[in-house]
Amino acid sequence: MTNLDEIFETNEMIEQANLDVRTITLGISLLDCITSDVAELCLNIHDKITMVAKDLLTVGRDIEREYGIPIVNKRISVTPISLIGASACREIADYVMIARMLDDAARKVGVNFIGGFSALPAKGMTKSEELLIRSIPRALAATEHVCASVNLGSTRTGVNMDVVKLMGSIVKETAELTREDDSIGCAKLVVFCNAPDDNPFMAGAFHGVTETDSVVNVGVSGPGVINQVVRSVKGEDFSTLCEAIKKTSFKITRLGQLVAQEASKRLGVPFGIVDLSLAPTPTVGDSIADILEGMGLEKVGAPGTTMALALLNDHVKKGGIMASSSVGGLSGAFIPISEDQGMIEAVQAGALTLEKLEAMTCVCSVGLDMIAIPGSTPDSTISGIIADEMAIGMINQKTTAVRIIPVIGKDVGDVAEFGGLLGTAPVMKVNGFSCGEFIARGGRVPPPVHSFKN
Amino acid sequence: MNKSIISVVGRDQVGIIAKVCTYLSENGVNILDISQTIVDGYFTMLMVTDTQKSEKSFLQLCDDLEALGKSIGCVIKLQKDEIFTKMQRI
Repeated sequence: MTNLDEIFETNEMIEQANLDVRTITLGISLLDCITSDVAELCLNIHDKITMVAKDLLTVGRDIEREYGIPIVNKRISVTPISLIGASACREIADYVMIARMLDDAARKVGVNFIGGFSALPAKGMTKSEELLIRSIPRALAATEHVCASVNLGSTRTGVNMDVVKLMGSIVKETAELTREDDSIGCAKLVVFCNAPDDNPFMAGAFHGVTETDSVVNVGVSGPGVINQVVRSVKGEDFSTLCEAIKKTSFKITRLGQLVAQEASKRLGVPFGIVDLSLAPTPTVGDSIADILEGMGLEKVGAPGTTMALALLNDHVKKGGIMASSSVGGLSGAFIPISEDQGMIEAVQAGALTLEKLEAMTCVCSVGLDMIAIPGSTPDSTISGIIADEMAIGMINQKTTAVRIIPVIGKDVGDVAEFGGLLGTAPVMKVNGFSCGEFIARGGRVPPPVHSFKN
Repeated sequence: MNKSIISVVGRDQVGIIAKVCTYLSENGVNILDISQTIVDGYFTMLMVTDTQKSEKSFLQLCDDLEALGKSIGCVIKLQKDEIFTKMQRI
């Protein structure tokens, strides 16, 4: 029989600690849409997405109502468009046309983001990948719902420094083209090292080529719940703290598993993974920074922060692994700046710098996320920041990413406003010394010695 | 059986249980268990119910109960039972 305390506990997590399912992401393969005519390709893409995802919104809403658990986002990820467009696209405008079509399909089925305007030039770059990358600034400026990503390297292939160099200027150009909205285009563009094929989170989601025709991936989020638990063991030793985080993560992941199974059954699409992400929102009480501070740090960024984040991530994964047989690799805490009230305050108080954030990304779920920097930052410096983050991913065999926003016309001390879930970002100081000559080398950094495992 | 949980929270007044139970009996929802407390003037009731024999869809029942709650000044929620069992049990 259902226990009354359990009912109270679950509902309290939902109502008071903002527990929610952050996203149901429907991955759709577009490989069967490929043709050599751009107009026909666009039509195929549009038809496939609107057909496969036609019930996504209703199913999401029904589950939300029936179980009383909020599902914040319903999203779609598609096969990297550089593969799909390779045989049809001859110029930048062709890729922009596909982006518009994706945007239109997303609007029709009612999802807020569609990811997969992506290229995977981790080792070498094909002509169509280069064309897609060069089309990103225009594509993101012309659309509202489309998200782009580029995988620049991996532990097995090393890092493609030619594309790292190129991405510095692409990020900057994207910022320029959306300067009226605080360069918001860059909030929809992420670069990766070791990008996973089944990531449900934007802007980095795409439907990898290793995946089946369509799949449902779910991301659950509960920073508020973890925060409450962490605060309830104030003053206790680390093993008690870790145990408390682990137990709660188990419960949250079970919830994700339930929602994923239901969504999969109702959509008639196989279930992929549950990612237990601790993804913050700008709402008070939904902050990763609060959790870290609850462990005993005065402000995020203080000495000890990296350790606090490391133990949080590891125990979130440990709890999640037993709760679901397919836990996604990105489970753990995301540390975006603009989307987390506590992180914003730490930056404004001078406790958190870009360098400390980079150190934290060695142990966090993904990487440098939603960070605003001065619009005058040189392209090569952006490439340098990207290169550093790719190095962390490559050497440590983990996924790392960069989503950085040079806010055109703003400088340190100013604030960029993105609105909604994307939040508000204080413009952060960037190290002013140049890495221009280093980035200008180009070529490829060979894979590290770890790649010889066999 | 379609086990589901109804939770009713609000300021205490005469007739809350009667109104909820009347609605359930008129719509073919069987009550399996009821627990109710009043803390500091606040009324809290949890009901374990079976909605299988109801002619209305589950979502319709959710909407009706939510509206009933509004009319008597309470928050009434109908949720499928799995969310509690799946989350809390191994």
